[in-house]
Amino acid sequence: MNTPAENSTGEEVSEQRDVSGSTGADSGEGVGHHLDANNLDPRQLQRYRRKLDALPWRGPERRYDILKEATIAFAVVLILTFVLAILFSSPDVPPVTIKAWADAQPKGFTEIALTELEGTSNSATYGPPYNHGNGSVQYLGPVSIQKLLGVHYPINTAQDFVLDPLETLPGERPLKAAILTYEKANIAQRHAWEATYGTALANATVHRGALLVPPGNYGPLGKMFTNLLTMAQSGALDSQLISHSSFYTTDYTKPILFIGDSWKAQHTASYWGQQVVAQHLRSSQWGVMNETGSWPGQPWLWFYTMWYQIPPMSTTQAANGDILVVAIVSVFTLALLLLPFIPWLRDIPRKIPIHKLIWRDYYRDIKNRTSKATGRDP
Amino acid sequence: MTAAIINLTHHDTYIHWGFILISLSNFLVVVAMLALFALAVCVPFIHSRNKRQRDAAAKEVHPGVNVGGGAGDSTERDGNGTSKTEGDTEGSGRAQTASSNTPEAAPVHTDTTAGDTSDDGLWTAAARRIWLKYLPPKKMLPDSQPSYVSSWVYVFGVLTLSALAVVILSGLVLAIKGPTWWHTSSIGHFDNSLHLWSVEMFMAFMAIHLWGKFWMAAWRGGRAATWITGVLAFVVSIVEAFTGYLSQTNFDSQWIAFESKDAFNASGAGSILNPMNFGQALMLHIVLIPVVLVVLVGIHILLVRVRGVVHPIDALDEDRNPQGDNSSLRDAISGGDAPQDGSPEGTGKEGVKENVH
Repeated sequence: MNTPAENSTGEEVSEQRDVSGSTGADSGEGVGHHLDANNLDPRQLQRYRRKLDALPWRGPERRYDILKEATIAFAVVLILTFVLAILFSSPDVPPVTIKAWADAQPKGFTEIALTELEGTSNSATYGPPYNHGNGSVQYLGPVSIQKLLGVHYPINTAQDFVLDPLETLPGERPLKAAILTYEKANIAQRHAWEATYGTALANATVHRGALLVPPGNYGPLGKMFTNLLTMAQSGALDSQLISHSSFYTTDYTKPILFIGDSWKAQHTASYWGQQVVAQHLRSSQWGVMNETGSWPGQPWLWFYTMWYQIPPMSTTQAANGDILVVAIVSVFTLALLLLPFIPWLRDIPRKIPIHKLIWRDYYRDIKNRTSKATGRDP
Repeated sequence: MTAAIINLTHHDTYIHWGFILISLSNFLVVVAMLALFALAVCVPFIHSRNKRQRDAAAKEVHPGVNVGGGAGDSTERDGNGTSKTEGDTEGSGRAQTASSNTPEAAPVHTDTTAGDTSDDGLWTAAARRIWLKYLPPKKMLPDSQPSYVSSWVYVFGVLTLSALAVVILSGLVLAIKGPTWWHTSSIGHFDNSLHLWSVEMFMAFMAIHLWGKFWMAAWRGGRAATWITGVLAFVVSIVEAFTGYLSQTNFDSQWIAFESKDAFNASGAGSILNPMNFGQALMLHIVLIPVVLVVLVGIHILLVRVRGVVHPIDALDEDRNPQGDNSSLRDAISGGDAPQDGSPEGTGKEGVKENVH
């Protein structure tokens, strides 16, 4: 018949063949006739549909200009991007520095520095890939992939965060002597000094940015931490933690871990923690998908973040929370990837007929063609 | 550092000639290049076996015709210098060889492909044949499409690609002046805003595209690979966006790096990927992952063009098989010819009944 017609979008539709009224399965078999689907068992029907879906489309077509469509789409997206950028700009909150932290909380900074020296901080006890601790080692059942793969970025917090930076300070003879005293002392003596200094630090006060620690029998630690605080407040510790091993560097692991230890130990009381909570970024605030300010962040991570809000991953005792979430999300991702091969899941689109909405023009066209062929009103 | 077999850490020897001062190692590199150039110009070229065989075959058919050898090249060339001997698929695919060195000989068109194809053994020609078989120009750049492609949900595929193009363009501008430029430049900050909003649109459009394709059960009819490459592209895009957030060099990237490290470490990925290593995150974001993403998207688009858009669920049989040629369908029903990609087929006959009556 080849009669031009119009589809619902107003574009020309040409029927490429005769719609004779022989509408498929009711016409019997043989060349020129369609198979009778009513005579097929479910397995045969499945194969029949699969085969038909794989055939090239021979039904009605419409004009389509792929390059014009692509050009218009690109122009629309480009304009929309400019409009959004002009209207809303983008966030840029500066990173937290150790200097800012030490200025704002000299006592809090020194408390964390002490845990780094005595080896009790989160980073010091973390485990692989930083060291051989067990503090943050996670297990999936009996297996810890983290432990199996071992240490890859060795970090000794006492050496890397405290002693090495202090040794770079020039012209401080009493400091050099204090470091030497500490390094020559046995473990028991060191622990005794650290415990005494910790007790004294609890009663320390801050006066005009300076930390006043009550005197006590804590050996060289007073001198060492006074200098470390001064170094931090001058900004020298920031650059020292980043670049002490090389002129060129792009690795911020050490300063971020040092600052992060304050969040792990002091939570919302820490300088970093206060800003994190204010920006709505902590895990319990679905923070992974949020951005600073009121800008949209990574909403596509909702499914990942959601699992952190559900027990047992949401509980503070969830020692294996991260690996559980990763495992769950991996299983779901694999299911999405292999959806075409999973019998029950792949049937959902057929059972919940949203496709009837998407292809409503086609299904309406079928009715019209069938009624034309049979001479009845649709 | 890995030990070398020949130690070059010592000071080099320098050659000083007039105003020229060059280290011995640089000099040797230049000499090697000149030697290679001289060899490339002087050494006789290895003629392909097929070409010699064809020339020999042509001589047997037309002994008086000079084919192939000698100083001249007897292969006809078109105006663009393209050899018609090899790879002329627009015509009959047959090579034409004639003498241009023998004035008295009339142009003789020799079928050197009798019993053999002229491009036999050529990878390029084989690749072109496969390309044209599965993706002829009409499919690659269509000017028509099935009439059922008439819903706004179809638009989100091309919108995703458009947004990806804007993401790449704005990212290229950011890359020109380095990763921290945008903090101190108003133009840089605006470009960062373009990058952010195009990423938001890219991910949103892709998610909507994915939802649409799910409800169409778009993996039917041998389109499982199209679905899988699409989902892979979505997953890779999430990683790409994540490394982008790590590369912002601001508070957000600092916090995300610290918070995400536990999941990386716990899963073992942390032994390779350290989110606090800004250099690693940036290189992944601007080199490795974009290449993977663009390749995946490219394959996805090609598969869409090869397979076409999935048919409506329960489309009329006559729209797919208008001649009622049931031989292949009978094979399929008997279990001999079913695609192995899986499809969301129900077990009832309601759909077919609904459409065929």
